[in-house]
Amino acid sequence: MKFLPLIWSNLKRRKLRSALTLLSIVVAFILFGVLCAIKHALAGGVSYAKANRLIVRDKVSIINLLPETYKERMKRIPGVAAASHQTWFGGHYQDQKNFFMQTPVVPEEFLEMNPEVTMPEDQKKAWFTTRTGAIVGKSLADKYHWKIGSKIPIQSPIWAKQDGDHTWEFDLVGIYESSLKGADQALLFRYDYFEEARQVAKGKVGWYTIRVQDAQRAAEIAKQIDREFENSSSETKTEPEGAFAQGWASQVGNIALITASIMGAVFFTILLVTGNTMSQSVRERAGELGVLKALGFTNNQVVTFVLAESLLMACLGAGLGLLLAWALTARGDPTGGMLPLFSMPARDLLIGAAIAVALGIVTGIFPAMNAMRLRVADALRRI
Amino acid sequence: MKNWFSQVFSVTRFGVLSIPQRRGSVAAAVIGIAGVVAVLAGVLSIAAGFRRVMTQSASPDSTIVLRSGADSEMVSGFSRENIRVVADSPGVAAGSNGPLASAELFVIINLPKRSTGTDANVPLRGVEQAAFTVRDNVRIVEGRMFEWGKNEIIVGTGAAKEFAGLNVGSTLKVGKIQWPVVGRFEANGGMAESEIWTDATVLQSAYERGDTFQSVYARLNSPESFFMFSNSLAGDPRVSVKVMRQSDYYSEQSSMMTKLITSLGVLIASLMAVGAVFGALNTMYSAVAARTREIATLRALGFGSGSVVISILLESLALALIGGFLGAAIAYIAFNNFHTTTMNFQSFSQVTFAFRVTPALLIQGIIWAVMIGLIGGLFPALRAARLPIATALREL
Repeated sequence: MKFLPLIWSNLKRRKLRSALTLLSIVVAFILFGVLCAIKHALAGGVSYAKANRLIVRDKVSIINLLPETYKERMKRIPGVAAASHQTWFGGHYQDQKNFFMQTPVVPEEFLEMNPEVTMPEDQKKAWFTTRTGAIVGKSLADKYHWKIGSKIPIQSPIWAKQDGDHTWEFDLVGIYESSLKGADQALLFRYDYFEEARQVAKGKVGWYTIRVQDAQRAAEIAKQIDREFENSSSETKTEPEGAFAQGWASQVGNIALITASIMGAVFFTILLVTGNTMSQSVRERAGELGVLKALGFTNNQVVTFVLAESLLMACLGAGLGLLLAWALTARGDPTGGMLPLFSMPARDLLIGAAIAVALGIVTGIFPAMNAMRLRVADALRRI
Repeated sequence: MKNWFSQVFSVTRFGVLSIPQRRGSVAAAVIGIAGVVAVLAGVLSIAAGFRRVMTQSASPDSTIVLRSGADSEMVSGFSRENIRVVADSPGVAAGSNGPLASAELFVIINLPKRSTGTDANVPLRGVEQAAFTVRDNVRIVEGRMFEWGKNEIIVGTGAAKEFAGLNVGSTLKVGKIQWPVVGRFEANGGMAESEIWTDATVLQSAYERGDTFQSVYARLNSPESFFMFSNSLAGDPRVSVKVMRQSDYYSEQSSMMTKLITSLGVLIASLMAVGAVFGALNTMYSAVAARTREIATLRALGFGSGSVVISILLESLALALIGGFLGAAIAYIAFNNFHTTTMNFQSFSQVTFAFRVTPALLIQGIIWAVMIGLIGGLFPALRAARLPIATALREL
């Protein structure tokens, strides 16, 4: 620790160069953070999935609906703890650009299935008793300045009411929060109202979420559910929530691959720039290192000096970069609705920190080895 | 003037010749710039490829008619009577078998992707005979056309490549119905190549849709007939429809995805460019520092500071251009024609497309490289020019 001032003054000797190197590291880690947020936005559903939840959908196509009567049949299958259903409503608020998820649910079942959704008790009660009542996530309510009691008209191109009208009006009775970041951006309304008011496809729902008693047996129960409806007019495909989300993400494209390759390109570039600067500055200081050795500093101490310098640089840059990336992504979705999950997961901060340490070691190790091998006589001759 | 040029030339030559001595830092700057250009062109090539597929198929005289309020074929719906009204509207071109209007059905089915084995929503389209004159670029390249009235399908080249079980000669089982794959078609690289086609009436019965359709694709007498056609439909009390040129419809469908990719791509590339500017600055500053004495000597001999500035800028530009071309080459080799699929968010169906590293993108990349080179060279050049000669010479 007492050598810290020495390391610090080494960094200060060429202020401009140190600053530029530091800034490129900062930029690299901002980029790292932003890429992590993008990846999370596109594939984040996977990490939110619970092992004890299954998704049941129509085997032939996601657009085919399933009978609502399947719920009771599924609940009778041993190991199934609860079942709830949702239906794609596909509407928008005022303008097509104002798009978010809406779905009819059975309120009690939905809240039981999704314990991460929290709401004041009186609002829950109001939802249970108001037929045209709907609840929205907090982010959504803030975005459109909705308050309890607001009337929210939603145009659904898919669903018409009995009179042929495609505009549905809901009474906002509750605003929920979710412990999962970014998952509070949906409008949920009551299935009984939907079922009564809709013109077509009565008695049909979009897909089911199943909770099993024992996550270990999830795969087996999924098979059992599919067998239950085999050879019926609506065969099902049941899979764990994680696999479903993964499948959805892979439909969007090979995000992981593309992100990883960009990340690789960026880090390779940064490594090169920093590594080069580090070794340059050590070469220039060969004489001084010789003096240190002549004064009795051991090889190990000299290696530590050089390594500590690069580690300090890498960690300082990474810390700043991650901080900025976090600040940048904390404001949420930059695209205005396309990436509701845009945020940087805490796990990626740790990965970033690990990469910073690795960067420090890799860029410092070669100059450090050179410094160790330096012969005092040669070094002193250069002064 | 001639003298000035020869000064610039000799100082530049001197700088360029010393590059081998600064291999490491020069390589770092060049590769940094190459990275920026490769990432920029690479990411934007995804958007370019996607946009091309979405807009390729449309000729200016073709239109699509949806139910009003519908933003994609998926959520639109028409009865047979509606279809007749649309087909008989003024402006629709006449073919040998009546108006050139094809009433179509659009559903999606679940098929595994070849690459990952995960489920994908593949579009299955039911068409009428006029479809092949409305879209005049569709042609069978393998097998044969499906027979009207039979459970037979033809598959687009893109779909056949990306999704399993679509080889000509095989049979696709969807629910309880067997669909023999009898042919494969191309559509000049357009959207239809991601789809599977069959007879609309066969699809109606397979999906218990009665006598309903989802969209009408119509060919007009001329691109100018569009207004007559859309005005007449807008004024017709029997239908409530949305009429769009096919090109507008597809570019609207692609706008969300292209906007997303483009904004992310530019964001990533700008951040990288900032990093590359730092790299270039570092390189050129150390280049100047290493040559302090030489530059001071030249100045003492009577070389102008202008020629020193220009020569350092030239050197930096040359490095940037090398990096730029390197990056462009990497982007072209790695990304051009890379086939993949993604989701069309408006209809939740898959679109197969190939990345396209277009000349415009490459030029854009080179321009970025030049900017980085200019910024990275300017400040070090100014420092070199301002160097007090006496102090610098004393370093000898």
